Parts: sequence; structure tokens; C-alpha cells
Amino acid sequence: MGTVEMSARNYGRKATSPGRTARRVRKVLLLVGTRKGAWLFRGDASREKWRVDGPHFLGQIIHHMMLDPRDGKTILAAASTGHLGPTLYRSVDRGRSWQEIKQPPAFPKAAGDEQGRVVNHTFWLTPGHADQPGVWFAGTSPHGLFRSEDGGETWTGCPGLNDDPQYREWMGGPQDGTPDGPKMHSVIIDPRDASHMYVGMSSGGVHESLDGGRSWKPLIDGLEVVEMFDASKVWFHDPHCVRLCPSNPDRLYQQNHCGIYRLDRPATTWRRIGRNMPKSVGDIGFPMVVHPRNDNVAWVFPMDGSSVWPRVAVGGKPAAYVTRNGGRSWQRQAGGMPKSRAWWTVKRQAMTNDQCDPVGLYLGTTSGDLWASADEGKQWVCIARHLPEIYSVETAVL
Amino acid sequence: MKVLIPSPLLSYTSAREVTAEGGTLGILLADLDRQFPGIRHRMIDEQEQVRPHMRIFINGEQSFDLNQAVRPGDVLQIIQALSGG
Repeated sequence: MGTVEMSARNYGRKATSPGRTARRVRKVLLLVGTRKGAWLFRGDASREKWRVDGPHFLGQIIHHMMLDPRDGKTILAAASTGHLGPTLYRSVDRGRSWQEIKQPPAFPKAAGDEQGRVVNHTFWLTPGHADQPGVWFAGTSPHGLFRSEDGGETWTGCPGLNDDPQYREWMGGPQDGTPDGPKMHSVIIDPRDASHMYVGMSSGGVHESLDGGRSWKPLIDGLEVVEMFDASKVWFHDPHCVRLCPSNPDRLYQQNHCGIYRLDRPATTWRRIGRNMPKSVGDIGFPMVVHPRNDNVAWVFPMDGSSVWPRVAVGGKPAAYVTRNGGRSWQRQAGGMPKSRAWWTVKRQAMTNDQCDPVGLYLGTTSGDLWASADEGKQWVCIARHLPEIYSVETAVL
Repeated sequence: MKVLIPSPLLSYTSAREVTAEGGTLGILLADLDRQFPGIRHRMIDEQEQVRPHMRIFINGEQSFDLNQAVRPGDVLQIIQALSGG
């Protein structure tokens, strides 16, 4: 298990744009999805002043929003409510106007007496490869991978994952996974090769496809699972967030339920670099952020994973941690953040970076505060308070 | 026949009361979706089941059966069971 045949065409090749050099940035757009709607924050390259635009879709749960870097203007927003079925909205003018798409991700109608699956919500959105304009991928809850070839207007399931009997077993049912249902996340496209993909299943492990999603293999060697469970069983693995380094697509970082890991392809065994975090802080959390131009630099936001898993800033003292050497050591970054009594929780999609130089970092808390750093984490400022529970924060540079 | 729309679906119809045609509940909802694209998927899932917090009443009687016959003059009321925070 965990052994993947290597595709010589991929590994070892350098990435071309956008990961190698800093882009000249005029504007930064923050896409903030919350439990009660979406907000857009528009800033200039200094990232000192932000213009607030929102709420959009007030009252709807916005799980994730992404801008299409291939055209610089299309945004998809994954929406549901507590009561209506899920849908997606699409903007072709950077969020100034929105239209509901024609056909959201949905499982096929079950045959006969078979128990059919129902998409509860779309959890994750990923634009396709630069050479495939109009292609998008969506990860859903319960587990499902869907593909659009028309810019997100219509979606079809990826049967190589969704309908494979082995994967159906590893996925479990709607009651498995996180308290809010199983999540298909971290849908990653290798910038060198559109057919090379990764996904994370929470729970259900990390998986790789070398044929555009037609077939998949687990990529879980070296990952730990909760004590007393068997790490050879795929369904016990719980990756929280997986990121590929744009500057070196052979390098992956992962925040897992059981630690922080790094994997340098073509190797298939993850290394627990979170062991190098301060013992008093630990290496449990949800987000994982990687530097757009330096594959040795990555950030995490550790949370308390003790006892009943409080999942708040350790000791009520929030901080990001950065590594600048691929995980051999970590430094605390809490400048500007509250020094104590701040019990933040940051979800896996709610911490991200921009492409500027220096890199900007952003995080949103479940208590509705949005924080930003314009200097790669040294100093943080709160740019919005009292938003609803923040589910996701993404950026786009224009 | 007359269809009464709950507030969470007014973004589709812009009216509390609309009309739709069909010999069964399923056909009628398809006609509703033809007029107001996307509205059916918010009420009926891909397994052709009424979603958990949706309720459909025909002349005051609750129905979960998309094959149930309906007639001109019937009144369809769509209700959403709002709960939680």
C-alpha cells in the first residue's frame, strides 16, 4: 500500500509560471466564505487598506470561493443553507454580480434498491490546469470528486474515485469523517501535467492519480493515525490540508489530524516534520500554507489537540508557526495577535497566502475575525471583526 | 395550479404565489424548475427524495411521493422547516 508507479514525465521537472517569480501586483482580492454569507475585501499592493464588499448571499453557508487564475475574473462560490439543497454561484466580473449555475455536483440516481448518495454541500473548489481553460474540480461532502468543463456551469462525477468499490469502502458513509460530514478536499493539479492529481479525504487518506482522475492510489506511507488504530487501514487516515509547492511541484506539505508532514516526490513516504515543533505547542491543526516561490517555507496554525480536542489556539495564545528550512525547525509568529485569552479556531480553508513579495498571509477565525500579515507573518493586523464564523479565506492577485 | 412559495425560495420566483402545470407532483415540480431554473434541486435531491427540511402539502395533505397525481385547482404549498441558528 502507498506505492505509486512513478511517471518519469513529471517528477524532477521544474515548474514554469506562476511559482518561480513574483508577479507584479496591483490589487489583492480576498474571498471570505462564512457560515452566513460571503465577503470580498479589495486591497492594493501595500495591503494596508481594504475595501469591504458584502455580504453576498446573506444567510447562506459559503463553504469555499475561488477565483480562476486563468481568466482573472471568474469566481465560483460553493453555497448551501441549513435547509435548502446545495448549489454554486458564478461571477464573471470578479464578484460584482452572481448567477446560480445550471447543474451543481450531484451523485447519479441509484439503481433499484441501492442506497443512493446525496451531495450535502460542495466543500472544495479547484480551478483546472492552465492548459485546460474552463475545467474545474469540486470536492464534496460526503466524499465525491466532480469535474466541470464549462467554467463551473455543469458538473459530472469522476467515477474512477466516486464509484470505485475499494474507494467506496474507504470513504465510509455520510456519518463518517468530520462532525460536519466527510470532506473531499485538497484537490491539487500538478502545474506540469494536468493528468497528475492529488486529493485528500477527511477521513480516508491522501490519494494520487496519474491519469487525470481515472484511477487512484493511496499515498499514506509514513502518516500516523490515532493511537491504537492500524495505520495500514486507509480509512483511519485523516489529512486536514495538503499543499503542493508552486515553485517545486515535487514537494508536498500536509497538516494531518496526527501531525505535520512533508513529502518529496518521487518518494512515497511522508516525514513528520511536526516533530520539530515546540513540544508545548504540538503539531496539530487544520490549515497548511506554502510559500509561492520558496519550497522550504511553509506556515501552520497550531491548535490544541489534547484530551477532547479543543481545537483552539494552544493556551489561548494564538500564533502562526513558520519553517524556513523544510520543517527542520519552526519559529513562532504572533506579532500583533492577542497575547492571551484568545481562543481562536482556524479551519483548514481559512488560512492562505497571496503571491506578493513579501508574501501576504491571511487567516479567519470561527469567531469571525479576519487577520492579515503583509510581511510573511512577522506582524499581523486585524482587518475585520464580527463577521460570522469564517469557513474559508482565499486570495487572488490582479 | 397554484403553488405557494416559502421565503427561502423567493429569490427564484420573486412571488409568493406562482402557477405550474402537471399531472403528478414530479411533473409539476419539473414545470416549476423550467420557469425558475434551479429551484427544484433546492427542494428535491438527486435520489428524487424531498430534502430533509422541505415539506410539500397538496390541498393541506403532506406528500413525499413525486408520483402522486395532482389536478387543476389543487393547491401546492411548499414549506421549509426552519430551525437552528
